Amino acid sequence: MSAIASAHGAYARPRARGLARRHGVSILMVTLTCLAAALAVVPLVAILGYLLKQGAGALSIGFFTHMPRPVGEEGGGMANAILGTLMLIGIASAVGLPVGIGAGLYLAEQRGTKLANAVRFLADVLNGLPSIVMGIFAWQFLVRPFGHFSALAGGAAIGAMMIPLVTRTTEEMVRTVPQSLREAALALGYPRWRTSLQIVLRTALGGIVTGVLVAVARVAGETAPLLFTALGNQFWSTKLTQPIAALPLQIFTYAISPYDDWHAQAWAGALVLIALVLVISVIARFVTRGGHAGGHD
Amino acid sequence: MIADRVYQTTLVVFALCVPILLLLIFAEVGRAGWPALRQFGFGFLTSSTWDPVKGQFGAAPAIVGTILTSIIALLLATPLALGGAIFLSEFSPTWLRQPLSFFIDLLAAVPSVVFGLWGVFFLVPLLRTTIMPLLRDTLHLGATPFFSGPAYGPSVLAAGLILAIMVLPYIAAVSREVLMAVPRSQREAALALGATRWEAITGAVIPYARTGIFGGVILGLGRALGETMAVTMVIGNRHELSASLLAPGYTMASLIANEFAEATTDAHLSALMAVGFVLFVITLIVNAIARWLVWRVGGEVRA
Repeated sequence: MSAIASAHGAYARPRARGLARRHGVSILMVTLTCLAAALAVVPLVAILGYLLKQGAGALSIGFFTHMPRPVGEEGGGMANAILGTLMLIGIASAVGLPVGIGAGLYLAEQRGTKLANAVRFLADVLNGLPSIVMGIFAWQFLVRPFGHFSALAGGAAIGAMMIPLVTRTTEEMVRTVPQSLREAALALGYPRWRTSLQIVLRTALGGIVTGVLVAVARVAGETAPLLFTALGNQFWSTKLTQPIAALPLQIFTYAISPYDDWHAQAWAGALVLIALVLVISVIARFVTRGGHAGGHD
Repeated sequence: MIADRVYQTTLVVFALCVPILLLLIFAEVGRAGWPALRQFGFGFLTSSTWDPVKGQFGAAPAIVGTILTSIIALLLATPLALGGAIFLSEFSPTWLRQPLSFFIDLLAAVPSVVFGLWGVFFLVPLLRTTIMPLLRDTLHLGATPFFSGPAYGPSVLAAGLILAIMVLPYIAAVSREVLMAVPRSQREAALALGATRWEAITGAVIPYARTGIFGGVILGLGRALGETMAVTMVIGNRHELSASLLAPGYTMASLIANEFAEATTDAHLSALMAVGFVLFVITLIVNAIARWLVWRVGGEVRA
């Protein structure tokens, strides 16, 4: 008996700590982890629920079509901020996507080289860069020298934040493309660049689109990098070299204001913003499921 | 072939953008903060005088506030995130795993400013009317310096709570991936030796995944240190050192967000840039450590 017990090693303790008690502890701990999982979902439900409750009342068609109105005036909306956010996403994509996809392709095709390892590591480090640091950097680099705030500076700042995300997803997706596809293309006389762009990139496209959508969803809600670059704007503006409104900025300004009207607008804005972000996230999820069939198996 | 050369070179140039961008940020923010760092030297990190009018700058309260809020966040979020991750990887029925993971991941997609809005109108009033009096008076924690003083609502505690919610999905995601990467044989061996399900987790699975989980926690720390908008909205923005968690405070990120637009003098601007530089260097180190830890186990685990 004792020989068996020692063979059981750490788990078969002396009888004093009976089997029933060990099972009891096990059941208790399993229940606790279950509880933790349930609790981890609570914040999301609480936030979305409160958001719906507060935002739904303030949301109307006018919110999408009207301009912000001064305190005390009924109605008013965030048409300019919605446009501004879309424009900023556009600029950010123009900056972030080519660099991110290019760098990701490089990482996947030149796996194992010193430069690739360094870039991969630094991309992950860049991914953890505080957004406010990106904000003051963009101000120092793109606003200060030109003497004025601009949509371009804001878009570039959040575009830079997209780079590491897009890079890493592209790399991962390109790596799932079977080597035999490349070889087949090369054997048919395709030059390397056409193999890379027309065969490999196209095969991995579904996954890359997901990565891009996730990156867009993340930067769509970024506020800190825009504070000192895009600045915000109470008026309708589509000029790239002028300050531009953005949903997150407008929500922030209204939230910290002392007016109830503006608080309601902030809630409506937050509802629109989160709907935008969640819809993009869910689409991304959907695309992945479809895309994997072509990429993986 | 020339086209191949051009293509290769283009990719290298894109790849080089990443290190160049990091270097640029380091150089530009460092250069802008240099006058303040040079003038105040080490005292910039240890002094708590922040007086834009007299041109005296010490960032100690913001640095302490950053560390304090991050510690609160990790203390609250880690058990929950780890527990949830263990449930998802070990005990969850298969049909529940996907949707539950998705819901927790979705929390990471909520924009910071929305957390802040919720914090201002829901969490802070709740703290002021219920949680703070409970901690201070009902539980008599007010006798300790950590929970003494008036309960306004906006506070270090509020920031810590919001941060806990915000870093939770990151820690949970990394822990889950790392736990899933533990070979089945580890669990089976422990179970075959007569371990209960929980003993198999603590004895055979967690030791295997420990480094990666730790990496996930450090990654969460990196997020918490640099988080800006939500914290700025609930921390109360006061430049003072206080032991009480109920008192308003500052973090480095919220200090910059709050004062940058109002900084009219070069000295003030440079001091804020210097704060940004310190924050940048700290998060750089923290993230590098986290990545290294996670890579060592998971190989390719992503957050």
